[in-house]
Amino acid sequence: MRKPFLRPLAAALLVPVAMLSGCGGDSDGTGSGGSGGGGGDTIKVGVLHSLSGTMSISEVTVKNSELMAIDEINAKGGVLGKKIQPVVEDGASDWPTFAQKAQKLIKKDKVATVFGGWTSASRKAMLPVFERNKALLWYPVQYEGLESSPYIFYTGATTNQQIVPALDYLKEKGRKKLYLVGSDYVFPRTANKIIKAYAKANGMQIVGEEYTPLGHTEYSTLVNKIGEAKPDAVFNTLNGDSNVAFFKQFRSAGYDAAKLPVMSVSIAEEEVKGIGVDNVKGQLVAWNYYETTPGATNEAFVKAFQSKYKGAVTSDPMEAGYNAVHLWAAAVEKAGTTDVAAVKKAAAGISLDTPEGKVTIDGENQHVYKTARIGVVQPDGLIKEVWSSGKPIKPDPYLKTYPWATGLS
Amino acid sequence: MSARLRGYALFAGVAALALVVAPLVLPAFRLDELAKYLCFAIAALGIGLAWGQGGMLTLGQGVFFGLGGYAMAMYLKLHDADGDLPDFMVWSGVEKLPALWKPFESPVVAVVAVVAVPVAVATLLGVLVFRQRVRGAYFAILTQALAAAFGILIVGQQALTGGTNGLTNFYDFFGQDPEADSTQRTMYYVTAVVLGVLYLAARQLVKSRFGRLLVAVRDGEDRVRFLGYNPATVKTVTFAVSAGMAGIAGALFVPVVGIISPSLLDVVPSLELVVAVAVGGRYTLAGAILGAVAMNYAKTSFSEQWAGGWLYLEGALFIVVMTLAPKGAIGLYEQARDALARRRAPAAPAVPVGKEAAA
Repeated sequence: MRKPFLRPLAAALLVPVAMLSGCGGDSDGTGSGGSGGGGGDTIKVGVLHSLSGTMSISEVTVKNSELMAIDEINAKGGVLGKKIQPVVEDGASDWPTFAQKAQKLIKKDKVATVFGGWTSASRKAMLPVFERNKALLWYPVQYEGLESSPYIFYTGATTNQQIVPALDYLKEKGRKKLYLVGSDYVFPRTANKIIKAYAKANGMQIVGEEYTPLGHTEYSTLVNKIGEAKPDAVFNTLNGDSNVAFFKQFRSAGYDAAKLPVMSVSIAEEEVKGIGVDNVKGQLVAWNYYETTPGATNEAFVKAFQSKYKGAVTSDPMEAGYNAVHLWAAAVEKAGTTDVAAVKKAAAGISLDTPEGKVTIDGENQHVYKTARIGVVQPDGLIKEVWSSGKPIKPDPYLKTYPWATGLS
Repeated sequence: MSARLRGYALFAGVAALALVVAPLVLPAFRLDELAKYLCFAIAALGIGLAWGQGGMLTLGQGVFFGLGGYAMAMYLKLHDADGDLPDFMVWSGVEKLPALWKPFESPVVAVVAVVAVPVAVATLLGVLVFRQRVRGAYFAILTQALAAAFGILIVGQQALTGGTNGLTNFYDFFGQDPEADSTQRTMYYVTAVVLGVLYLAARQLVKSRFGRLLVAVRDGEDRVRFLGYNPATVKTVTFAVSAGMAGIAGALFVPVVGIISPSLLDVVPSLELVVAVAVGGRYTLAGAILGAVAMNYAKTSFSEQWAGGWLYLEGALFIVVMTLAPKGAIGLYEQARDALARRRAPAAPAVPVGKEAAA
């Protein structure tokens, strides 16, 4: 006797289709409010960060500060008289998931804009989705530059607001022999390409360049290599957990900030806690904002954040995420609508007093003017500013205004 | 109506549902997600064949998925670059197109490679390990190690592969914008049809003499050898077929989702595929498909409600299924159906579930 063999397959396909069509129904219900997330008396915005997986430790805090900014705006009556309603999604530290969730936020939730991403990989994965759907993304983290999508606003630093000032500082201090250490992905590789071009033009010497996989924890060989190369300073573009292992093994090999300074560009207040203050105290970092940055706006920001999240520290990417929400709201108010083209146009030249000081949106490349700050890690885990550019630096993602950088992009 | 006819009618019904009803009722965005699930279902079908029918627990199917996906993505990248270097190579400081990329300028080579490369790798691996009578846990560990190594290789060779970023941002998929709604709709149809065709082909394979031999190898490899057959050949062929299916799945995934990256092909996604097959019911091909579609649907909707909680649920579900219902959802369905049949006709002799499951 033959069995009706295809029956299980029928079941296999029926169930999810039925479930999916259920979703389709409710999306029609919520989506009917109008385009651009502006229907009814709320405006929907997407918040898309990794809430699970290896990046969650960093990204959850950015999500929190973005939600806090939304609350602040809502408490003052919202934008265009409407409350902002955040739709939070999890990118799960997985780049394809970022692309899919971005698509969901744009197409199903019909959000007016999205705040999200941390790693360059997640931004690169989301970029085509935003460009093709003509939707807006606000990306809050310092990155490797060489990008300027018309549908992304970059509120973190580009290279000439972080890496180049860090090199200027090292040069000023007479550190001429650099050893480059980085995680093996696009940010460190591009950053080091820029560093090498800078060194060539400024009479500095690169005595070593090493990459380790993300999540790598064995650094004794590398520390030995650094010792043999005898550099004046180490330029560190390691990301995440690797910093913990690197600084521990660096210190147990007998190095400290006085003997061999390390300039890091991915270590903020959050990470200092994870690495252990003892391992990293006295070392240099380059950012645009520290919890200790002076000013009434920052005091209010730190106070508000710490009363909401007990024992939390504030850091540069969080602050850039917080700024992104306020900058978007200001652009929407100016445009009088959430329409993407109008908001993009209105955003050009908008200037706000933020915790890091005055930031202004550059309409041409959609980055922001930011003040560069070099800091030293203090024994209490906070970071003290030792040098600053004094005024906001014009963003130049392709380093067009730097003669030594020709041919990089 | 005979049982066989009824079966075909049902298949036609499902096909109509997938090809006519789903595109009508689902919004474009959900249809695209369904297309993604169907891609995973194609890879799961291969696992159903290799593991369910052939007893080869392959924990490295992501490797073949990745090979197919990268073959397709490399062509799309070169096509978009139009004679220049792909964008990520410029960032990584590459000045000349690497030799490995050269053949992928041709769409024909790329499409052939989508199947040929995974099949070749699986055949080579199969010849090496099955001849040595590597099986069971050793085979599983070996494939898992392969997945881990492949992931590290892709991440490490950033200039060649795009590193952790993977390959993304495609503008032209055979003359269409891959992000346009119309293309996504077309891709859904293509994926659904490919899945249907591969299902029927796999079904035919299982029902053939070869399929019986395969199940015999699963249940008593030494006996099959004593009977004069070479189990290594049977297993290698099946493993290669399942790898080819994973390759096709990966290639379809690229235009459907718009990215291929190492996070889709190392250990965790490979395991997730196997878990999905187990939950659906590994002894039937339809169970594998059901599992992949249902688990990925659950993953999407669950993570929309409770971000970060999905992995716990998935793990728990796997444990529950393995301990309480080792034949998966399809097994439960068959048990329930037989129990019902027995109650209706208490005189009829009960058919043991195990025998049916393989059919």
